[in-house]
Amino acid sequence: MPVQVDRNRPIADTRIFTGEESRRGYRINKFAMSLARAENRDAFAADEEAYMAGWDLSADEKEAIRDRDWRRIMDELGGNIYMIIKIGTVTGHGLYQIGAHQRGETYEEFLATRNASGAR
Amino acid sequence: MASVVAGIGTSHVPSIGVAYDQGRTQEPAWKPLFDAYEPVKAWLRDEIRPDIAIVVYNDHGSSFFFDKYPTFAIGAADLYPVGDEGWGRRPLPDFPGDAAFSWHLTESLVYDEFDMTVCQELAVEHGFMVPMHLCFGHDPGWPVKTVPLAVNVIQHPLPTAARCWKLGRAIRRAVESYPGDERVAVLGTGGMSHQLNGARFGHLNPDWDNSWLDRIESDPAALVALTHQDIMEAAGAEAVELIMWLVMRGALSETVGRAHRNYYAPMTTGMGLIALEDGA
Repeated sequence: MPVQVDRNRPIADTRIFTGEESRRGYRINKFAMSLARAENRDAFAADEEAYMAGWDLSADEKEAIRDRDWRRIMDELGGNIYMIIKIGTVTGHGLYQIGAHQRGETYEEFLATRNASGAR
Repeated sequence: MASVVAGIGTSHVPSIGVAYDQGRTQEPAWKPLFDAYEPVKAWLRDEIRPDIAIVVYNDHGSSFFFDKYPTFAIGAADLYPVGDEGWGRRPLPDFPGDAAFSWHLTESLVYDEFDMTVCQELAVEHGFMVPMHLCFGHDPGWPVKTVPLAVNVIQHPLPTAARCWKLGRAIRRAVESYPGDERVAVLGTGGMSHQLNGARFGHLNPDWDNSWLDRIESDPAALVALTHQDIMEAAGAEAVELIMWLVMRGALSETVGRAHRNYYAPMTTGMGLIALEDGA
């Protein structure tokens, strides 16, 4: 049975969303998934603190959301990009802004690395 | 008997849907992507004429969350509504299904040892919808009935590439045991190279993507032998979605006729397209 995810061959600057990551990120991903409903997006947009208080989030998780610290959410807190993007939709951060932050670049610096940044 | 008549491999990037909804398909940065699908739409409409499209895709947090995330799930309904995955409902018509056909597929697949999660209510999202509106018109409604077939490609452990290929083989057997005369197209969606997490965000590998396009047509066994690690190292963590193309290719005959092919990598995802005719 070939090894599918090889812990002995870590890929630089990459997190593989394994069961371990999914357990670590369960709370923040569940919170993010709640934003797939319009009424929840409205509630979060209207009062972020009040909306977050209704979910099982740690102090670190709330702080990272408050700080729009996408890199921390993804690298340390087990965020899954397909869930976390739903937070960004409410806060005005698209996939490419979240990506630029993970790379440690400004949005403009990141766009300059692309082949045809008009396709966004 | 029903028959598999064609297979399509295509990316399903959500920004394609946004550009489509905003009428930006002829902007310079988008034109190379959208124009490539026009001959595919015509080919499907005028030559392939499918009655049913089986769309192999993954759910990105629309109908499924990590509380319950099925490895393989199949829609078994007469209608699949447009879902809300976080940015509201897109202006597309809901998708017709064929519950009797889906239940036949399910029975055949389960007795063939593919244990599907069966969904009698299933809202669909960009993984399913973007390939549909790239390949089919929808005014006033969709010209085919659909079967959504969702694969877990986001929470490891994922099904192996070989397992996806075998699922495709089993889908072919299931279609060919259906007592109608339906013509069935199979869409394998996702990829190509991309990574959306970590400082490697934005990783692209056009050479590898083009090699995949070569091999999906003429040497799929080489792709079936790849591990998730192989794919992720070469093409990015999220490129592993490409194993869903192997479900499509596994459903086709050994030799196929390539009708169309395209590749474009403007932003963070290699956007690939291949259209294959069965038995040609």
